[in-house]
Amino acid sequence: MDVFFAVLQVATLALILTLLYRPLGDYMARIYTSSKDLKAERGFYRVIGVDSRVEQTWQSYLRGVLAFSVVGLLFVYLLQRIQAVLPYSLGLPAVPEGLSFNTAASFVANTNWQSYSPDVTMGYTVQIAGLAVQNFVSAAVGIAIAIALVRGFTRRESTTIGNFWVDLTRGILRLLLPLSMVGAVVLLVGGVIQNFNGFTEITTLSGGLQNLPGGPVASQEVIKNLGTNGGGFFNANASHPFENPNAWTSLFQNVLMLMIPFSLPRTFGRMVGNHKQGYAILAVMGTIFVASLTFLTLFELNGAGTAPELAGGAMEGKEQRFGIFASTLFGSTSTLTSTGAVNSMHDSYTSLGGMMPMLNMMLGEVAPGGVGSGLYGMLVLAIIAVFVGGLLVGRTPEYLGKKIGPKEIKLASLYILVTPTIVLLGTALSFAIPAVRADVESTSIWNPGIHGLSEVLYAFTSAANNNGSAFAGLTANTPWFNTALGVAMLLGRFIPIVLVLALAGSLAAQDKVPATAGTLPTHRPQFVGLLIGVTIIITALTYFPVLALGPLAEGLQ
Amino acid sequence: MSTTTSTMAPHKPDTTRTPRVQQSTFSAEQLISAIPGAVRKLNPRQMWRNPVMFIVEVGAAFTTVLAVAEPFLGGPASSGGSTVPGSFTWGIAVWLWLTVLFANLAESVAEGRGKAQAESLRKTRTSTMAHKVTGYSFTGDPAATTTPVQESSSAELQLGDVVVVTAGDLIPGDGDIIWGIASVDESAITGESAPVVRESGGDRSAVTGGTRVLSDRIVVKITSKPGETFVDRMIGLVEGASRQKTPNEIALNILLASLTIIFVIVTLTLNPIASYSAATVSLPVLVALLVCLIPTTIGALLSAIGIAGMDRLVQHNVLAMSGRAVEAAGDVTTLLLDKTGTITYGNRRASEFVCVDGVSADELIRTAALSSLADPTPEGKSVVDLAGVKGIHVGEFAVGDIIPFTAQTRMSGLDQPDGIQIRKGAGSAVIAWIEENGRVASSVLADLDEHVERIAKSGGTPLVVAVKSATGEGRILGVVHLKDIVKEGLKERFAEMRAMGIRTVMITGDNPLTAKAIAAEAGVDDYLAEATPEDKLALIRREQQGGNLVAMTGDGTNDAPALAQADVGVAMNTGTSAAKEAGNMVDLDSDPSKLIDIVRIGKQLLITRGALTTFSIANDIAKYFAIIPAMFMGVFPGLAVLNIMGLNSPSSAVLSAIIFNAVVIVFLIPLALRGVKYRPLSASKILSRNLLVYGVGGVIAPFIGIKLIDLVVGLIPGF
Repeated sequence: MDVFFAVLQVATLALILTLLYRPLGDYMARIYTSSKDLKAERGFYRVIGVDSRVEQTWQSYLRGVLAFSVVGLLFVYLLQRIQAVLPYSLGLPAVPEGLSFNTAASFVANTNWQSYSPDVTMGYTVQIAGLAVQNFVSAAVGIAIAIALVRGFTRRESTTIGNFWVDLTRGILRLLLPLSMVGAVVLLVGGVIQNFNGFTEITTLSGGLQNLPGGPVASQEVIKNLGTNGGGFFNANASHPFENPNAWTSLFQNVLMLMIPFSLPRTFGRMVGNHKQGYAILAVMGTIFVASLTFLTLFELNGAGTAPELAGGAMEGKEQRFGIFASTLFGSTSTLTSTGAVNSMHDSYTSLGGMMPMLNMMLGEVAPGGVGSGLYGMLVLAIIAVFVGGLLVGRTPEYLGKKIGPKEIKLASLYILVTPTIVLLGTALSFAIPAVRADVESTSIWNPGIHGLSEVLYAFTSAANNNGSAFAGLTANTPWFNTALGVAMLLGRFIPIVLVLALAGSLAAQDKVPATAGTLPTHRPQFVGLLIGVTIIITALTYFPVLALGPLAEGLQ
Repeated sequence: MSTTTSTMAPHKPDTTRTPRVQQSTFSAEQLISAIPGAVRKLNPRQMWRNPVMFIVEVGAAFTTVLAVAEPFLGGPASSGGSTVPGSFTWGIAVWLWLTVLFANLAESVAEGRGKAQAESLRKTRTSTMAHKVTGYSFTGDPAATTTPVQESSSAELQLGDVVVVTAGDLIPGDGDIIWGIASVDESAITGESAPVVRESGGDRSAVTGGTRVLSDRIVVKITSKPGETFVDRMIGLVEGASRQKTPNEIALNILLASLTIIFVIVTLTLNPIASYSAATVSLPVLVALLVCLIPTTIGALLSAIGIAGMDRLVQHNVLAMSGRAVEAAGDVTTLLLDKTGTITYGNRRASEFVCVDGVSADELIRTAALSSLADPTPEGKSVVDLAGVKGIHVGEFAVGDIIPFTAQTRMSGLDQPDGIQIRKGAGSAVIAWIEENGRVASSVLADLDEHVERIAKSGGTPLVVAVKSATGEGRILGVVHLKDIVKEGLKERFAEMRAMGIRTVMITGDNPLTAKAIAAEAGVDDYLAEATPEDKLALIRREQQGGNLVAMTGDGTNDAPALAQADVGVAMNTGTSAAKEAGNMVDLDSDPSKLIDIVRIGKQLLITRGALTTFSIANDIAKYFAIIPAMFMGVFPGLAVLNIMGLNSPSSAVLSAIIFNAVVIVFLIPLALRGVKYRPLSASKILSRNLLVYGVGGVIAPFIGIKLIDLVVGLIPGF
């Protein structure tokens, strides 16, 4: 393992993200605060009957989000069900009901969990008109929610938090589409394919026959990462050479995954009128990111056993062209953002190494998290931290001039309750219902014992936190998992959204309290430390027992 | 603030006040006397109000049933692959009951302290005979000397009834004096033995039921309904009966409840998941895990902290009408302080005599002293005193007609029998008086202006002295410099306030120049000069619009709107019932500087909650390191690595964690009652300190505690 090369990769990544932080963050702030509409936008608003200057209450904003997502869900579901008659379907049949539901839920919830092997299940039309469209819009929804919450902090005694349709449209047209076009070209240059060739039969070196799939990969790949979606065009996701040909495309994909989530704190700082607040949030995200990456890399470098020692590290499930470091970097990035793309198999990580992606997701996808969802998740945790910190300094807690009272705490508490409940209940039910357990044991779990348990835990963690990556040893295309994980993804996405928008409404309605020397400062290293502590302790206390039964039990044997 | 100036000597606090309750925090006696109350609180219907402890009680009951049933079911079930000793379930059950009991004990002790006060107050409420005037007419017979009087029980008095109280009687109910003047012993309420004067009209007309009239005869109109008197309210407050949860307490309860729900889910889902690894945990261990994780420490002490906070105020002789007000006190960002009595000693003193050109010092001093002889105010007396110091004695009694000070003339003085008139007062008034008989030379005026200006700028009050001869020829002699004496140590206190983020605003009726100088000397951040009650109300509104929380004190009826508008309005006990009604706190000592203590107590209350919450949650880390390896070590021996405390056995680890969890409550009761130490520092510094003590301390303490308990538990056979 070349340490120099590893450091160089991280330094390059950090440098690019640093260079992007201000311009991209400021640009995003401008997108969502500008009062001007583009020509194309005006036309679109006329078609859907929206007055872009009229703002919505949080309830109305929420109705927009839910209605839009329900329509998206039905559309993607139906598209899969009628695949057999769609053009460019490569002759593939209709997708079964359970799987169609699971996939529709997965892409609408920005999770992109795939219970199927895409190359042999989804034709080009479903991939482009269904899945790729959701890659754009579900990401734009996430950012819109985060912006709505930030507006809650900036407004004074306001009943409105913005207009969902405007936020959605601008997010797609002004942010995701332009960045995707540039990104796709870069990926093409890097060797990612883009065609409509279907399958190509080739003769391998050993003389065997192989069907190589083609497809519009680059255009999908870029938004898969940029929108922290993660659903691969191929089953092997970003470890497939057509999706991710070499080390530098891999690094570029890291940039794509991280650029929006890591720049949103700047947007936040700009909108609340205090860049230091943005830096504090960035510092929390960055610190957790670096710590997690370090642990995962150390665990993988010190993999025990004959093979890892000969290879100089645990190479099982990793691509030779990426090596350990580019694999752990991608794995950390993908699970710390809610992307869930993989360029190595997390299931094959060392036992403790495999715990890290799981822990990353259990943190609630906040460091830096999914596009939008990472920022709003972190701000909710900040509210909890401010509450505890505020009591400790003897004042009714306030964050950015907004009092954190019973209502705000109720919403924030419910928020942190949602995903752990889904993860633990889902995992427990998989073993508690006798018929389900029989099915899980006989069909889904390929690695009985502790590792099998970890796979199920991983699946629910991934679904409820809208990550979408998998511990690959699990067969999830079963009625139980398709249904349970589908429901977990929808609940894990939309209950928090309801709570966050309610929070935004409640904050916007408040007046602002001026900051004094008695106010808990939320831009200093002290608060950064407190917020990191709160984030980690809440996660650790919730998941320690199940982790002890899974990866810890396996790793400490 | 009052606009009518009382001629009575100001009510002096702190002279002979006996503290209502000893300041001692916690004694073994209190603990023992609280035990019966703690046992009574085990009633589930009462426990239900505290969800965290209710869960512990349910767990305790459940474990007890298990312990009873176990011998018939073939002994304790093994847990997570480890065998457990026979007494294990009983051990858990007993300590869970103790946990609940300790929590109740904390609340009982806190309430017990209030009960003692309530008892002494109740004595004053005993029914007395009231002399009710039937058919009272204020115009016909204000003193009620001829109107028939009827004997009636004080408990039957209605709003609006009129009673006569004579020397030696207890006042039968809260009311306002509508006729007469009397000295009243209010020690039953305030703890101060010196009698106070109450009279009809003005700002000292309110009397409290249960206090005793020492002299004279008064007619009182009852202003409270039966059962809702001041004393009734006080009893309710100190007993904690009428304690309502404050917003922050509610928010904290929500956070604790949600943490509890998370841990309930963690516990409920554990066995189904563990069953796949054949490592299911026995029910008592599961209950133990749950109780260790839910925030029992803060859950147990939360209500005690609230009661103790109110109690601390009562110890300072302040009655808060709601817990919300106490909490708001901690949030105050703007403090309105009356200059007189709070910032200065209340009365101005003469500090120098300044002559205008051509007048001898001797003449000025003699004239000023003569005119002040009849002046009974401390200011007047100080002029005579200063003259004495300068060696000029003018005798003891004024000869001639005394001209008293009025708000219209703004002068006082003496018309001597020989026709010479002396006046001293506000410059413009005196000049106008002189000019009734001809103009004053401009050179004299310029000279005078210079002196007046200088004195006013320095914060003093210039008192111009002039004489008119019998022929009406007037002369200006000079100026007496009256100085406000700023209390010592205030500058430091206000600097502390500033560090805490609290802005201090001085309210005064003085002119802007004087106000500015005193403000600078006292070190307040801002001042409101020539303030009327309306100005004060406007200032409060303005501050509140800027998002500030405002605290103020007041006593007069015309202060009532401002007191009601302020977030924290402290009415002086000597004030009118209107003021007391409008404010949300009453200071029994009538000491306006108490406001600063009230703010401190409010902050201390919040910090104590925050500190124990942090401590409680931080404790969980160590408990996990005790319980998790203990639960699964039998199946996964590798988890022994996590047993970093090196605990004796799985059973002893679980029991030790539970014992620690219970005992820590008892250890923290004194802290909950006393409140954590509060020093006026910036938020940032306070946070660092408290995070270190209660956060880091909360992580480390249980590692040591559990290990020590385990060393003892390990000695029990089987563990």
